[in-house]
Amino acid sequence: MTNSIRDITQDSQCIFVIGSNTTEQHPVIGTKIRRAKRHRGAKLIVADPRRIDLTSYADLHLRHKPGTDIALLNGLMHVIIREGWQDEAFISERTESFDELREVVEKYTPEVTSQITGVPAKDIEEAARILAECRPGALLYAMGITQHTVGVANVMSCANLQMLLGNMGVPGGGVNPLRGQNNVQGACDMGGLPNVYPGYQRVTDPDKQQKFEAAWGVPVSKQVGLTVTEMLKAAEEGQVHCLYIIGENPMVSDPDLNHVRYSLQQTEFIVVQDLFFTETSQFADVILPAASFSEKYGTFTNTERRVQRVRKAVEPPGEAKPDLWIITELARRMIALGAVTPSQDAPHAGWDYRELTEVMDEINQLNPIYAGITYRRLEEGAQLQWPVPHKDHPGTPILHVGQFSRGLGRFAAVDHVPPAELPDEEYPLMLTTGRVIYHWHGGEMTHRARNLEAMYPEALVEINPKDAKKTNIEDGALMKVASRRGEIIAKAQVTDRVEPGLIFTTFHFAEAAANFLTNPALDPQAKIPEYKVCAVRIESVQAGDGIN
Amino acid sequence: MPIVLTINGQKVAAEEGTTILEAARDVGIHIPTLCHHPDLSNVGACRMCVVSVEKQRGLQTACTTPVSEGMVVDTQSEDARATRKFLLEMLLSDHPNDCMTCEVNGDCLLQDLVYDYDVAWPEYNGLRHTYPIDPDPNPFIFIDRNKCVLCSRCIRACQEMQNRDVWSFAYRGFETKLVAGADQFLLDANCESCGQCVAYCPVGALYDKMSLKTGRAPSVSKIRTTCSYCGVGCNFDLNVRDNRIVRVTSAPDAPVNGMALCVKGRYGYDYVHHPDRVTQPLVRAKWLDAKQIRQRVADGTWMVANVAEKRVQPAGNGIDSIVPDTFIQTDWNAALDVVSHKFAEVKKSMGGDAFALLASAKCTNEENYLFNKFTRQVLGTNSIDHCARL
Ligand code: SF4
Ligand code: SF4
Ligand code: SF4
Ligand code: FES
Repeated sequence: MTNSIRDITQDSQCIFVIGSNTTEQHPVIGTKIRRAKRHRGAKLIVADPRRIDLTSYADLHLRHKPGTDIALLNGLMHVIIREGWQDEAFISERTESFDELREVVEKYTPEVTSQITGVPAKDIEEAARILAECRPGALLYAMGITQHTVGVANVMSCANLQMLLGNMGVPGGGVNPLRGQNNVQGACDMGGLPNVYPGYQRVTDPDKQQKFEAAWGVPVSKQVGLTVTEMLKAAEEGQVHCLYIIGENPMVSDPDLNHVRYSLQQTEFIVVQDLFFTETSQFADVILPAASFSEKYGTFTNTERRVQRVRKAVEPPGEAKPDLWIITELARRMIALGAVTPSQDAPHAGWDYRELTEVMDEINQLNPIYAGITYRRLEEGAQLQWPVPHKDHPGTPILHVGQFSRGLGRFAAVDHVPPAELPDEEYPLMLTTGRVIYHWHGGEMTHRARNLEAMYPEALVEINPKDAKKTNIEDGALMKVASRRGEIIAKAQVTDRVEPGLIFTTFHFAEAAANFLTNPALDPQAKIPEYKVCAVRIESVQAGDGIN
Repeated sequence: MPIVLTINGQKVAAEEGTTILEAARDVGIHIPTLCHHPDLSNVGACRMCVVSVEKQRGLQTACTTPVSEGMVVDTQSEDARATRKFLLEMLLSDHPNDCMTCEVNGDCLLQDLVYDYDVAWPEYNGLRHTYPIDPDPNPFIFIDRNKCVLCSRCIRACQEMQNRDVWSFAYRGFETKLVAGADQFLLDANCESCGQCVAYCPVGALYDKMSLKTGRAPSVSKIRTTCSYCGVGCNFDLNVRDNRIVRVTSAPDAPVNGMALCVKGRYGYDYVHHPDRVTQPLVRAKWLDAKQIRQRVADGTWMVANVAEKRVQPAGNGIDSIVPDTFIQTDWNAALDVVSHKFAEVKKSMGGDAFALLASAKCTNEENYLFNKFTRQVLGTNSIDHCARL
């Protein structure tokens, strides 16, 4: 997030939520949005193909078809420019390529936009007016924007809109991706990505390569590594021989599960380190029992880049150990076996950490955005949001104040491109996927939290009454959903939360995981699969029929 | 321009619009309250905060009365003290004498006030409510209306913080009763089980059902930490007794969320103690020495494992059931030996790019840093990723 939860909920005049079912996925932010709307009078616009909890609080619900976000955003920008509502001062001082944007959005008249998105033209006009009148405004998005083959372009469009309105670098504004898992931000910040070292330093940048070679005392690989999806493919093709998986369950969370299964079967040696025996553990050669968040010390970084303490409350069960211990132990053994021989002169060659603070010290040295984040400061109550470039720096609650990190903000105009797979005769419906408040991700934790499980014990498929009637599917009855890749059987929930032609389900349940159906088509840059749209057909099932 | 007033003989400066209660608390003068909470609107329902103000008739409720220039306030006047004591007697006259076994014993505003004002349990037993205890089937929120002091904190918490408007008072006078929706069950009344109403209840009328009989405030230790579910980063206190998490309580000073939590953060902690937890390293038999397996299983340090329903259990016919793919429950030394030897051998024969690693959004920053270092320094590849995209 460029901004913080606090300034968004306290200072924005308008909150624009697109592609985020905030109430179910980031519940406490959802609570705060409702509060801003009801008790402070902020405007709320929600763009979502489904009727979700927030839409009942919204001033305006833009119910666009899945996969038409760019068209919708371009349509809004068209009206803003047509009416001359853009922030000229901001555009001329802080941005470039505005003319390109103007040219591209020219053709997205409310009528054209309406045709692509299904949103009435008058709602597009109205939304543009609210956005223009109520500044500063914050834009919030989540996987509904990124999980598309055009995910990166979607994100650019969000940024275009906010720059056009001058909503960047100010309290109550910004482009604010809500990050999913508790420490997905931290995992990215710490180099858990194939193309960057900790702190987003590129692995292809010779200066950075030298920096890490000097720090760790070894030559480093000069090539960008593989992404999750590429790893599985490489394993299948015999290039990757060993997979080491910590706390992830690709057998539920990756697209096209039938294919994932095949890849895992082909892999020679798999190590899985987790709390539970997961669907992925079935394919493991070695399983290492890990400690939970309540059994270890450390820090997590939240969606607004805030680094916070995690503290041990109980002992891990049996022989389970914190991941930190396990990784360190393995590294030491590998070095002892001569698998690598780090130069003893390098300052961070070794693995002999006596205290957690020594790991943080090393992070301070090597990750510039964490340079000033120390345990001492956190314990003293400092509120630190990165970048924190040195130990006296107060942290950065709002990014891009006065200047973008790249200098001028560039309008990257983009055109609407339809999703990779659209309904056709054979697969006439569109499936979109998401989450519910009671479950989390593959459900490894929430299926074992007894009352969360009691609240939502099985997969449901939302289907519009019209489609249900057409296919003879009754509320609560079993139905089959099939795509080109696989099929699942789950209970139907007949509801107008989805429009005719659209069905919705979650990926929380391994038995009926949506990802047997989803399309692994990737965004070419971000390599994110298109979870939000694929084509399916449905039929009713008699109980006991065809379940395998 | 700040306003100057006098509280208990002390000159106090306060901004216009502050209440007597806030002005007093700012300078460390304590005024008892029951229905007031700094996060919520002030309704003046309980009158526990009454104070005497010179030149004004009757007592004023400090939580709702704004300060004015030259005001002279006495928080401990005889009148105020007597009124508070009377109010407490009234409350006790319709309250169960339950502190001994009550969940909030030691963490209860009513109990504290009764103690401070030395109110005796009323001998006279008049009309008392006998509401059913725990009448709501929802799995999270325990209700005992007999202990409700009608302060409306839960109503305001749900309305103003959570914006769900579940709770309200129905009926009048002695019959006044806290109800969900139109006197429905919580889950039928738009409740999302966030537990905020419980967190704001000053007494034991609302409590976390999962934590009944698991330990009370004085017998648990509280450990401040950050939630393990979503990226909002809520902070809360894990309440621990005998090495078990028995409850999650709000931390009012949590930077992101204050008192607010969602159903997962507040009530989704029991997975930590689930019997499905893997507690010993497991290695497939084919990676171990057959003779060693036999020895270690015989001496009881290892076990032939069978995984059924995702739970690791001893295999029925032990040693005889072993096939190459059987999981053997081993020890750390053996498991790490297998992994490090295999990794070292593959690295030597095929180089770093024969490895691919998935880091975890569940791990700490420190762990993710080390995993990145392990990938890039020890194995010598950049093939590390995680589920950020998914
Ligand atoms: S709610 Fe408070 S006063 Fe009432 S029984 Fe429980 S501890 Fe005692
Ligand atoms: S649990 Fe939350 S939503 Fe339910 S009544 Fe209490 S405050 Fe309202
Ligand atoms: S309590 Fe709920 S909203 Fe807060 S971090 Fe945890 S999962 Fe997210
Ligand atoms: S605290 Fe002031 S009336 Fe209740």
